[in-house]
Amino acid sequence: MNQKQIAITASGLTMRFGSLVAVDNVDLEIEKGSIYGFLGPNGSGKSTTIRMLCGLLTPSSGSATVMGMDSKKESESLKQKIGYMTQRFSLYEDLSVRENLQFVSEIYAVPRRQRKHRVAELLDSFSLNDRAKQRSGTLSGGQKQRLALAAATLHKPEVLFLDEPTSAVDPQNRRDFWETLFELAEQGTTILVSTHYMDEAARCHRLAILDEGVKVADGSPRQLGESISSHVVEIEAEDPSSARLSLMKSEEINSITQLGIKLRVMIPKTVNDPLLLVNGNLHKANIQAKTEQVFPDLEDIFVSVTQQRREGQGS
Amino acid sequence: MKSFIRIFAVMRKEFLQMSRDRLTFGMIVGIPLIQLLMFGYAINTDVRNLSAAYVDESDTHISREFIADITASQVIVMKQRVASVYELEQLLDAGSISIGIAIPDDFDRRILERDRQAAQLLVDGADPIIVGVAQQLIAMPIRFDSQRRRPQQAALLEVRNYYNPERRSAVNIVPGLIGVILTMTMVLFTAVAIVREKERGNLELLINTPIKTPELMLGKIFPYILIGLIQLTLILTLGWYFFQVPIHGSLVHVLAAALVFIAANLSLGLLVSTVATTQFQAMQMTFFFFLPSILISGFMFPFDGMPAAAQNIAEFLPLTHFNRLIRGIILRGADITSMLDELLALAIFAAVALTLAILRFSKRLD
Repeated sequence: MNQKQIAITASGLTMRFGSLVAVDNVDLEIEKGSIYGFLGPNGSGKSTTIRMLCGLLTPSSGSATVMGMDSKKESESLKQKIGYMTQRFSLYEDLSVRENLQFVSEIYAVPRRQRKHRVAELLDSFSLNDRAKQRSGTLSGGQKQRLALAAATLHKPEVLFLDEPTSAVDPQNRRDFWETLFELAEQGTTILVSTHYMDEAARCHRLAILDEGVKVADGSPRQLGESISSHVVEIEAEDPSSARLSLMKSEEINSITQLGIKLRVMIPKTVNDPLLLVNGNLHKANIQAKTEQVFPDLEDIFVSVTQQRREGQGS
Repeated sequence: MKSFIRIFAVMRKEFLQMSRDRLTFGMIVGIPLIQLLMFGYAINTDVRNLSAAYVDESDTHISREFIADITASQVIVMKQRVASVYELEQLLDAGSISIGIAIPDDFDRRILERDRQAAQLLVDGADPIIVGVAQQLIAMPIRFDSQRRRPQQAALLEVRNYYNPERRSAVNIVPGLIGVILTMTMVLFTAVAIVREKERGNLELLINTPIKTPELMLGKIFPYILIGLIQLTLILTLGWYFFQVPIHGSLVHVLAAALVFIAANLSLGLLVSTVATTQFQAMQMTFFFFLPSILISGFMFPFDGMPAAAQNIAEFLPLTHFNRLIRGIILRGADITSMLDELLALAIFAAVALTLAILRFSKRLD
């Protein structure tokens, strides 16, 4: 048995703002050196959870530890071990790229001799060398984000919290950004990243899906896909809208989503042969189509688990 | 050691930002310069040249001499002669004159008999300073040749003017202005400096780092102490150059008093910054504090003339204590050791405000 090392734990983590329950009884166990994702829509409690883990917010109840330290009681000594990249660019816009990194290196009290070296190293590895003298307020979204990540990793933290890091970044920069994250994880950094992009969530080793402050599912993307209670059938039809109409009559079908000329249909696992059901319906309406049962992607998973929870609430 | 690195980092960053923010930089020099020149020339309690008009119904050589004498005093400037008291009242209503002089047709007889007042002053009494001038005019000794010599009456009291024999307002205003300008700029600059970081999201970064609250606060305060001293030097130099305000006391004592006063105001600015969430709020709170400081600290009106309640409130304002200190040192050449209680009051204010600010500032978001 290889022993798992745990970087972050949480049990019963709850945050109430007045009558609003922003985070509701969340349990977590995050392995060292992994990339863990928080997937959820805006207002699902992702940022609040991260802030409680960092010790910025005191939970209404429950507790959390990061690298063995209590987030609430030992938040000050924890700060040396964690890096935090805020949703909004929070470095000084009127300082240059180099000045910002230098400032952060001094705040973390990096020994004097190493400071210059570390700043140069970061400028190099985040390809910011030619921007070193530019004021950070005039950088592009991608450059700002690289600078923010450079600043957050300057003191070589063991755990990195990234709160929606890619919201203002184009796809190419996002891809590069994730390459960097994987490199960091390989070096042993534990990374917790919140996002509302499905493709980003799919890259995580494990993830938790949050909905209205409740953790509705967690596991690797593969495990989550296997665990959901729906089959997914993809239909390629020449006339997707009439295919859609023919399928809407069937009560067994949970949801239909159109993606270009394709339809994605979710059918509960209680139906034994989903293809038969779909083909039967299409046949009745005289529609020519190619059908195929596929593995659920994260969007399917997300829709399925949040729907399940809401139905559970209703009854 | 780590603390020093961090305090120094904040200081360095603050200087860098300041040097790039032209508006702040301009305000550091501009505020003292403009206010000193403006107040130094404008605030003048030794009133001269009030505009006046008169009506002379007797029109004798005595009455003409009387008008000439009164004009020669330079307290008033005779703007015009009108035909009736009614016209005089109209001018007063319109605000074009502050004082009207009405000479009745039996002026000569009244002068000779001295049984009644010889003439009438119509005064815009809404302004107490103008009423004061009228009192001055009443006391004016005017001799007329045709008048019988009366035995000269000796005044009961003689005035000996210490410290400001020429009665120049600037001598009193300029040292007071040091405190006013420092209050305004120091409180405002520090308050805004931290609230700006809140607004721009920089604080979210800082509270996630190992920096401790006192380190952050001290790093923020030090650069502004230096700025306060620059302003002090500027005001003293300009005051000496433009208004010939002498410094009778020791410069070291001036510096010591100013340093403690600056510290008190900076601490207050930090306290404001922990309460305000936007720069606008910080500014409003600063002015809430600034206005009473100007009005009841003794800068505008003599402290002893104020009602007891106002005096008690004023004792809680740093400017009150600083005004006593700085006027004492600069104008009377007083030794700072003779006013240690004022210095102590300032130090206590600074300590309390700084402690409250550090306690209130939380590295948590809740």
